[in-house]
Amino acid sequence: MSELRRTAPLSVAVGALGSIRSAIITGLAIAFSGIGDANRFWVALGVGTAAAAIGTFGAWLKWHRLTYAIGAEDIRVESGVLSRSARSVPYERIQDVSLEAKPLPRLLGLVAVKFETGAGGADDLSLQYLSTAEGERLRQLVRERREDEQTGQAEPGAVAAPAAQADEGDVLFAMGPGRLLTFGLFEFSLAVFAVLGGLLQYVDNVTDLDVWNVDLWWGWLKEQGSTVATLGPYAQALGVVAGAIGLVIVGSATGVVRTFLRDWGFTLTRSARGFRRQRGLFTRTDVVMPVHRVQGLVIGTGLIRYRFGWHGLSFVSLAQDAESESHVVAPFAQMDELAPIVTAAGFRLPDDATAWQRASTRHRTDKALLDSALFVLAAIPVGVFGPPGLFLVPLGAAVVAVAANLYAWEFRRFALGEAQIFATSGFMSPTTRIATRLKLHSVEIAQGPLARLRGYATVHCGLAGGSFAIAGVPLAEARALRASVLETIASTDYSRLDGPLDQALSGAQSGFSANLAAT
Amino acid sequence: MDHAPALGASALPVDDDGALTRLHPNYSHALRVQTVLGAIPFLAVSLGLEFAQIAKGLLPQGAIAGPVLLIALALVIRIPQSRYNARGYQISADRLRVVRGFLWRSDTVVPFGRVQHIDVDQGPLERFFGIATLTLHTAGNHNASVSLPGLGEDLAREMREDIRAHIRRESL
Repeated sequence: MSELRRTAPLSVAVGALGSIRSAIITGLAIAFSGIGDANRFWVALGVGTAAAAIGTFGAWLKWHRLTYAIGAEDIRVESGVLSRSARSVPYERIQDVSLEAKPLPRLLGLVAVKFETGAGGADDLSLQYLSTAEGERLRQLVRERREDEQTGQAEPGAVAAPAAQADEGDVLFAMGPGRLLTFGLFEFSLAVFAVLGGLLQYVDNVTDLDVWNVDLWWGWLKEQGSTVATLGPYAQALGVVAGAIGLVIVGSATGVVRTFLRDWGFTLTRSARGFRRQRGLFTRTDVVMPVHRVQGLVIGTGLIRYRFGWHGLSFVSLAQDAESESHVVAPFAQMDELAPIVTAAGFRLPDDATAWQRASTRHRTDKALLDSALFVLAAIPVGVFGPPGLFLVPLGAAVVAVAANLYAWEFRRFALGEAQIFATSGFMSPTTRIATRLKLHSVEIAQGPLARLRGYATVHCGLAGGSFAIAGVPLAEARALRASVLETIASTDYSRLDGPLDQALSGAQSGFSANLAAT
Repeated sequence: MDHAPALGASALPVDDDGALTRLHPNYSHALRVQTVLGAIPFLAVSLGLEFAQIAKGLLPQGAIAGPVLLIALALVIRIPQSRYNARGYQISADRLRVVRGFLWRSDTVVPFGRVQHIDVDQGPLERFFGIATLTLHTAGNHNASVSLPGLGEDLAREMREDIRAHIRRESL
């Protein structure tokens, strides 16, 4: 099985198309720049063709010089045209294998295969591009190899599922177009204006129109303004309202479009080996997360969507998702839809029996006072030097700060379950974090000068791949919390957990089952 | 358990809020030297300013360097002792507790079962005073490394062996 292989020959075509695209831009730039007078179109055509040819040759060379081998213990990739580099990734270090298909490769039936090792971002090994079937096969193979390694040393029969079934599992969560539309409306975003700004800059560079010329816009505004001024106050007010409605429509439309692009066909399935998430309209991604790699859960929500009962669930693990530290597994769902996913991950949601403990009221008071003090201090110079009445603005902000803090206290609480630890926090809507007690790595009680004076502390728990902190815990409770969490941790060694680095394969399976039993 | 008598650690009951073990007395000297080294740039700048203003005769002699020197002296006398007093550790059968911070206090417990690897470091100053820093690395994002400075050189190595032995015993 260790013969050298090359990536799909069609990936040369992807590279070639990319270089042709940039060649066209270069050609256009030359054609409109005025180099070479009358012959410039020929010059542009020549340069463009040459650029495309060189790019295509480069893509071919890169393809030709990149080989990979599926060994007995690792995957090796050798690459580089002039300077060669060889990388080897052992199977037991591969956290998961994800497949990504951007629009162009997808048309050609290709995928980029990425091996996540927890090394983070650019250091991960990736093969661009393999045929879809080859990608699937490779993923299957890596998984089988890992199982072989594990079952070779762990109790036999612990892994029951035959590999063929591994990818077919129950659909845990899926989002149809209707759900996506609702989700998109809540993803209200004015980012489109930033994009427009970028476009303006581009227009500025390409054409003679100087978009940053203030006089030009001022003249245009005055022209428009005089038209508006003739309409009278009611029409002006109407204009403002229309503008606001326009903003809302543009913002919502942006949200909907972005959501559709990102989450089209969102499906989360549970198979014997783990969770599998597929999503994306043009860029389709396919990520598999082994269950035992899940270190904790984060249930987030938003200011408005919380009022309608919508929540989002992410898994905290050492592997990184596109840009965030945790994997989104259900971006927009009702609580009862999240429950089965949480159960499948071996966690339990807090229920009525959960004994929530609130943060110290002293912490609430101190935080409210400190936050509002900033605004009160700001009000003094404004009151002295600013126009009369303006100092009411920072004072108003101070009142809002106090109110927000008092409200935030409602969400600041924690609970210690039998096997888990829960904490919620947030200003206007709660974010809930759930971690397995067994999978914490250290516990710290931190206190600032004020906290020491007033007898509360922040408890930081060491969680692999994420953070877990509880603020404003009364000191005695913080100590009790630490003592009971530590008792759980100290009873099991790291290697007996299904650790994120998979250090001791021998203990892996027993650790997993112990964890399941504990939850 | 052959390592246990060396520290008497395994005999201690698990009590995370119990009395702390003080660090090596030399550590307070090392801290003092560190503070002095930290104060030198400020003194140098203030002396420079002092000479510049003596030449112009704007302020009475010692108006700049005097207060700076006084503050530096006060800090050198007070701060290292307070920092030293605020620090401590507690080692028990299966965990290490590290307390540090004079104003911002932090009290961390690392169970040996979660230690990934252990470092014993000595800087030039630490070597001069015969002390060392013990650092425990964990897989958590918060407290990825917990360091305990100011241990006697031999004690630090002994503790490392102790923790290492614990890890090996656990994972067998």
